Amino acid sequence: MNIVVLIKQTFDTEAKIVLDANGKIDANGVNLIINPYDEYAIEEGIRLKEKLGGEVTVVTLGGARAQEAVRTALAMGVDKGVVVSDPAIDTSDDWANVEIIAKAVAQIPFDIILSGRIAIDDGASQTAVRLAEALSVPSVSSVIKLEATGDQLVATREIDGGTELIEVALPAVITAQKGLNEPRYPSVAGIMKAKKKPLKTLTLADLGLSAGDLAPKMVVTKMTLPDPRKAGIRIPGEAADAAKELAKLLHEEAKVL
Amino acid sequence: MAKGIWVVVEQRDLQIRKVSLELLSQGRKIADETGESLVAVILGQGIEGLAQTVSANGADKVILVEDEKLAEYTTGAYTSVLNKLIRKEEPQVVLTGNTAVGKDLFPRLAQRLGVGLASDCTGIEVDSSSFMVFKRPIYAGKAFEFVSSTVRPILATIRPNTFALGTPDAGRTAEVVKETADIDAGDLRAILKEVAIAASKRPELTEANIIVSGGRGMKGPENYVILEALADVIGAAVGASRAAVDAGWKEQKFQVGQTGKTVSPTLYIACGISGAIQHLAGMGSSKFIVAINKDPEANIFNVADYGIVGDLFDVVPILTEEFKKIVG
Ligand SMILES: Cc1cc2nc3c(=O)[nH]c(=O)nc-3n(C[C@H](O)[C@H](O)[C@H](O)COP(=O)(O)OP(=O)(O)OC[C@H]3O[C@@H](n4cnc5c(N)ncnc54)[C@H](O)[C@@H]3O)c2cc1C
Ligand SMILES: Nc1ncnc2c1ncn2[C@@H]1O[C@H](COP(=O)(O)O)[C@@H](O)[C@H]1O
Repeated sequence: MNIVVLIKQTFDTEAKIVLDANGKIDANGVNLIINPYDEYAIEEGIRLKEKLGGEVTVVTLGGARAQEAVRTALAMGVDKGVVVSDPAIDTSDDWANVEIIAKAVAQIPFDIILSGRIAIDDGASQTAVRLAEALSVPSVSSVIKLEATGDQLVATREIDGGTELIEVALPAVITAQKGLNEPRYPSVAGIMKAKKKPLKTLTLADLGLSAGDLAPKMVVTKMTLPDPRKAGIRIPGEAADAAKELAKLLHEEAKVL
Repeated sequence: MAKGIWVVVEQRDLQIRKVSLELLSQGRKIADETGESLVAVILGQGIEGLAQTVSANGADKVILVEDEKLAEYTTGAYTSVLNKLIRKEEPQVVLTGNTAVGKDLFPRLAQRLGVGLASDCTGIEVDSSSFMVFKRPIYAGKAFEFVSSTVRPILATIRPNTFALGTPDAGRTAEVVKETADIDAGDLRAILKEVAIAASKRPELTEANIIVSGGRGMKGPENYVILEALADVIGAAVGASRAAVDAGWKEQKFQVGQTGKTVSPTLYIACGISGAIQHLAGMGSSKFIVAINKDPEANIFNVADYGIVGDLFDVVPILTEEFKKIVG
């Protein structure tokens, strides 16, 4: 079984967001991590390999530091890494990113492509499903349980208020939701081994693309920061009095009841 | 000339989702402002009766696509039908809710149409040059971006609870058009075997107007009954922090936060939750936040409109009794 896992390097969940002089998100000094949902995808990829044999390749499209994320995945047990880096991606949109990733993935034999259900930075939740369409394969998103045989998957997907059970023949794309598994930590031996694993770096030109092919469909016109929430009032008194007062405030002042 | 503002209406078991009605209500305002017509598109089986509901909620025109293969949502069949319909009718804008269906359907539809998609939007502004600008939270609500599309149609999914429900006008009538479903065989490769909807008398977390949420301070799964009693008095949903979910007290689907659900209810009552940045990411856009926590230093108080420093096991039962008096 050939498994491709898409990973994205994102800001740490603790990161404070500031805008630079150009009104763009400032990445200076920010700790970078593998998008948390992608860790579930990596773990599932490694488990599938352990069960069914084959090879796991991670693919990422990112900036100068994206290699770190790939090294971490290699240390967890992934076999190979591909990093696509190009200045053109600074202004690319979800559509263009998928054009690039599709070209990179098409060079790798795959039976199953795993990704996170959403990247916690852009919150787009588009890349993997778009990629499935670009590659003309079916997809199941937000998967919390996956059973694979040689040529078929049975996936349990989370929907609003319940679940769906979906059967799909390979090749297919699966996006991982929290609950799918418990990602492993890289072991010391894993970290040592990772240093010798193949890691390929590609540019747009290597994929036969140029910035001109990627004119965005969506453009960002501005970015803003939310007004900080202010601490409101603390209701004094013993539990009974405070609860009474709170009920009154919600009813009469906030008018939410 | 592109024609109209479309809302892809989501129905499950012939019940229209609340977010679809919110979009019809907002879509009506945008249609009036731009001089466009508002079109509701409904896919399913036995959906004819829903035409009346969507016209009462503001649609000028209703497109119904009936087929047994559309009775339950599947990515392939719905994409197949909508792709063809959109290519034929050329709407300006196509909106739907950022629900489990919207998140699965619209990326594939956008890719097939070769267009962009503004996902999980919390605002729409009419704009003279790009027609519409969408506001979207990024970095889990720690920033916003405003995006516009360079191509047509413009696709967007809108977060539930972003827009207010309108008042239905039963006297309104809309033109009703029936289209046949033309589904490509290649779009039927993923087979839906089973849909399991958990029976619950409480609203869905992402749609709920009020959420009562419990964290590690709940001490154990058995204590959630006190939150449920409170929730049922005011018609609220029950949520949980990751600490409570990871401890196995609540199922994953109840988790609010960065790696859980993003919610924006009118009222969020946090009980025994410290207010970690990853939790705030999921509920920070709530209109009102109430915190009940025994630690006066807890971060949740920095964002709460109303806070009670106290033991939730004392406060919550009394609050339930007080709420009963108010809602009768
Ligand atoms: C990548 C990543 C993703 C994450 N995603 C999420 C997420 O989606 N959602 C999420 O919630 N967290 C998430 N977290 C975890 C987050 O950092 C916190 O650990 C978590 O939110 C803490 O949950 P809590 O507030 O219930 O527990 P605690 O932080 O332990 O707080 C418990 C609170 O209960 C109070 N308390 C105790 N007993 C009582 C009582 N009797 N009465 C009143 N108050 C009482 C205490 O004073 C304390 O403030 C994530 C973390 C990471 C690293
Ligand atoms: N630049 C990227 N490189 C590789 N994979 C990505 C990239 N962006 C997104 N993905 C994958 O697609 C998922 C959803 O991302 P998004 O559509 O940005 O929310 C992520 O969890 C990743 O698995």
